Amino acid sequence: MERKDYERLRWRCIRRGLLEVDIALTRFLDDGFDKLNEDQQQAFVELADMEDHDLWHLISGQADIDDDRLAAIVELLRKS
Amino acid sequence: MSIPILKFDAVIVGAGGAGLRSAIQLSEAGLKTAVLSKVFPTRSHTVAAQGGVAASLGNSEEDHWTWHMYDTVKGSDWLGDQDAIEFMCKKANEVVVELEHYGMPFDRTDNGKIYQRPFGGHMSNFGEKPVRRSCAAADRTGHAMLHAMYQRNVKANTQFFVEWMALDLIRDEEGHVLGVTAMEMETGQVVIFHARATIFATGGAGRIYYSSTNAFINTGDGLGMAARAGIPLEDMEFWQFHPTGVAGAGVLITEGVRGEGGILRNSDKERFMERYAPNAKDLASRDVVSRAMATEIKEGRGCGPNKDYVLLDITHLDPATIMKRLPGIHEIGIQFAGVDCLKEPLPVVPTCHYQMGGIPTHFSGRVVMPQNGDVNAVVPGFYAGGECACASVHGANRLGTNSLLDLLVFGKSAGDSAVEDLKSGRAHRDLPKDVSDKTLARISALDNRKGGANVNETRLAMQRTMQDHAGVFRFSDMLKEGVEKILEVEKAARQLEIKDKSMAWNTARTEALEMENLIEVAKATMISAEARKESRGAHVRDDAPDTAEFPNGRNDAVWHKHTMFSPVDNAITYKPVNMQPLTVDTVALKTRLY
Repeated sequence: MERKDYERLRWRCIRRGLLEVDIALTRFLDDGFDKLNEDQQQAFVELADMEDHDLWHLISGQADIDDDRLAAIVELLRKS
Repeated sequence: MSIPILKFDAVIVGAGGAGLRSAIQLSEAGLKTAVLSKVFPTRSHTVAAQGGVAASLGNSEEDHWTWHMYDTVKGSDWLGDQDAIEFMCKKANEVVVELEHYGMPFDRTDNGKIYQRPFGGHMSNFGEKPVRRSCAAADRTGHAMLHAMYQRNVKANTQFFVEWMALDLIRDEEGHVLGVTAMEMETGQVVIFHARATIFATGGAGRIYYSSTNAFINTGDGLGMAARAGIPLEDMEFWQFHPTGVAGAGVLITEGVRGEGGILRNSDKERFMERYAPNAKDLASRDVVSRAMATEIKEGRGCGPNKDYVLLDITHLDPATIMKRLPGIHEIGIQFAGVDCLKEPLPVVPTCHYQMGGIPTHFSGRVVMPQNGDVNAVVPGFYAGGECACASVHGANRLGTNSLLDLLVFGKSAGDSAVEDLKSGRAHRDLPKDVSDKTLARISALDNRKGGANVNETRLAMQRTMQDHAGVFRFSDMLKEGVEKILEVEKAARQLEIKDKSMAWNTARTEALEMENLIEVAKATMISAEARKESRGAHVRDDAPDTAEFPNGRNDAVWHKHTMFSPVDNAITYKPVNMQPLTVDTVALKTRLY
């Protein structure tokens, strides 16, 4: 990922509306994101675009997502 | 260096509830309105508000705005201004119904009216019994509110500048406010927003504390900008805390955990609440529990390597009950404490939640400050609403669901006042020659400084100092020491260094600029808290205990007044509390008992 794209993504992860999402995404960016392949990184970008409450419900296991690509990244977020 | 100038009738900083509500008034009045936000509007921290918005609609049972007013005055521990409180409570029904018309999906009663539920501190008939006054949209009230108001703004042609950070307030020699300097994050370009009206709706600054429920975005940008422009900050010693946030993370653990049988323990595994509240024990009120926790930590019975938290133990409860009755708690323990709460206790600490003080405003939303012998002289062209402003309706403590009401009422009122002033002929005033010098100098200093202070380390030092020295329960010796320490941290915060010098999406620079705002708020809080030698509302000191002469430690003869912290010289002055409502009788001073 280009530096500029990464830094934009970083800002959109470290400044959320919900503290829970701030922490979960910042932690994953700092330790986990680099290990993803290009497709997985794109899936993470899609997740980061979601509304805070929806994303937190996924990360906290209170909701599921049908898309396998995104579900795999949610699983990594839950473990990070 | 030539800086682009964008000219608007009004510029609003912040696109949470208050900013969006202000913008509706201005744009629908046909004024050219810009809204600047660090994030997309629906990701503002208003999204986290769940409890609802208070309004005495009386849909479920009899209610009246005068009862709401009484509850708010009492909640404020009589520090709230009664003209502003009357204004807010009286306006509540109007702003809630407007929101309904904007498309807000409020919960409904069977007969189609807005459903209302009870909330702590809201009573009928002047404190007699709980009343159903809170209007909510499931557990996503703030989220639904942002969406409804954002759509309304899109319809009204409000111009959004998303992922822009306002940097400094522009004031001329006569003290008029003429707009802000701001930076587009995508390019790093600094731009002047030249406006006839400038409205701050930047939210709170809860990130000054180590443990805070506030999202990372709450860095007090509006307060920092106001302070740098010489505007005092009011009642900054008053911060609302929640007893149980996850230590180190701040994420809230609901009171329901103690309700289901959770027990607080210190490093000796002792159930310490038995000593502080022999009857209620762990179910004592928020302030009693928070104070007990702070005392245990101060006296060396905290847990962990730094002895800075206590434990919330639910390992004795049936795992099936925990998973069924406390959904999400197990996951919160794992995610944010690395603890399986079915097997180990959770580390918890009293956690900062809401800022009662802020930029001093009249209930019209106009910013006021002491000038030429008038303690409430208007700062021309400047308005504020929501958590960054101090009207003051929350006084020394805020009632639940009054925060969303505050941002609706005072967001609207700031917008209305700006419209009124602009329609009365307030013109664009000439920009000062040095309009952007200070902003550019700050950025240049960050970019060029070598051997300066690290941003993360400085922020952590500030947060630790605030948590240890001006937390939920305050000790006179710790406050004195805290003032010295925070002034030391301030020196570092004035000498920040960043490694990344790039223009586009330089998050290191943005975080450094946020830190320069946070330190203004932290300093104002510590110095104001040290100065107020009584206990009132959320400000509770060990040397101002509950006595017959001073119930709850409150000393009205000396301290029934607002603190005004001057960022120019760190000096404190005071101004009287407005005890005269607009149309009804004063709610007379008395001891606050629940």
